[in-house]
Amino acid sequence: MIRSEILKEIAPIIRDHLVVCNIGLPSQELHMIDDQPTNFYMLGTMGLSSSIGFGLALAQPKPVISIDGDGSVLTNLGTLPTIANNATGNYTLLIIDNGSYGSTGDQPTYAGKKTSLAAVATACGCENVIEVQDKDLGPVLQAAIDSDEMTIIVCKCDSGNIKLPVITMDPVVIKHRFMEAVKA
Amino acid sequence: MNIDKRIADDLVANDVSFVTTVPCKQLAGVIDEIEHRDEIFHIPSNKEDEGMGLCAGAFMGGKRSAIIMQNTAIGVTINTLATLVQYYRMPLPMIISYRGELREPVACQVEMAVHTKAMLAQMNIPTYHFHWQKDVEEFDNILKYTFMCNKPVAILTDANFWGGYGDQ
Repeated sequence: MIRSEILKEIAPIIRDHLVVCNIGLPSQELHMIDDQPTNFYMLGTMGLSSSIGFGLALAQPKPVISIDGDGSVLTNLGTLPTIANNATGNYTLLIIDNGSYGSTGDQPTYAGKKTSLAAVATACGCENVIEVQDKDLGPVLQAAIDSDEMTIIVCKCDSGNIKLPVITMDPVVIKHRFMEAVKA
Repeated sequence: MNIDKRIADDLVANDVSFVTTVPCKQLAGVIDEIEHRDEIFHIPSNKEDEGMGLCAGAFMGGKRSAIIMQNTAIGVTINTLATLVQYYRMPLPMIISYRGELREPVACQVEMAVHTKAMLAQMNIPTYHFHWQKDVEEFDNILKYTFMCNKPVAILTDANFWGGYGDQ
């Protein structure tokens, strides 16, 4: 499975939850598949999906899912010790690990070579780290959301992209409707 | 006047309850003060752009947030300031130790100090410079201004403000 197929499959699971979605194609795909006010689309700032979602989870009690990528986590590896050492049960970090920088032309990442992000997360002190194959993600993600324990999911999948338009929604509108959804 | 305590008091008075920090020798006292305040959740960051991400999330979660960091961080966070904090219009008080200014003992710190105000000006970030201890009296107004206008705002605090480096 490629990332867009995974997002299609998990859309019903994440629809009613607060989602912070990674820059570039992941946000464009989620926006096209199932646009929701509970989705915060990153239009810039590679690497910070995990940090934004984690700050959100610490600030309020609703479940939060950060959808991140292997390349973006590699950009902001310092996020994993911060998350591990301040764990909050309402947070799920879903790393869609296709071993490539999908939005920029599928250049290979180190996560697709020798580096195991699941092992890195564990070494950073994260206690519930699950590496899962794309086709098995749904139940694992649902269990993570339902659980009172913070979970890091590394979902291994194929690289590949679909053609789709950029998000033209104004960033202030994205933020405003998201904050209203947080308060609702 | 205990400026560490004053800064923490003003943060609490302005309902800032989520603070992330990347340490600096000059900031050790205020970081310690914040760590011990019940009204403030303190979360150390490994890098300043990560910290700004945490603050953005906390803000959207309904908490006023702030970052405490060194001025070298301006070089690290230009992209995050432009494409996250400014683009989505989020308030972010940045309490910044202004290394490389008067009474600085480490020459290399001057190399970023000479760019700091120019970069902040280029980014259209409102910037205040605390040089004397009494300048802290402006902090409360700066916080109110930050949350009024929904912008990142820089408060540069130099070595003279913090009382120098002892014998150095």
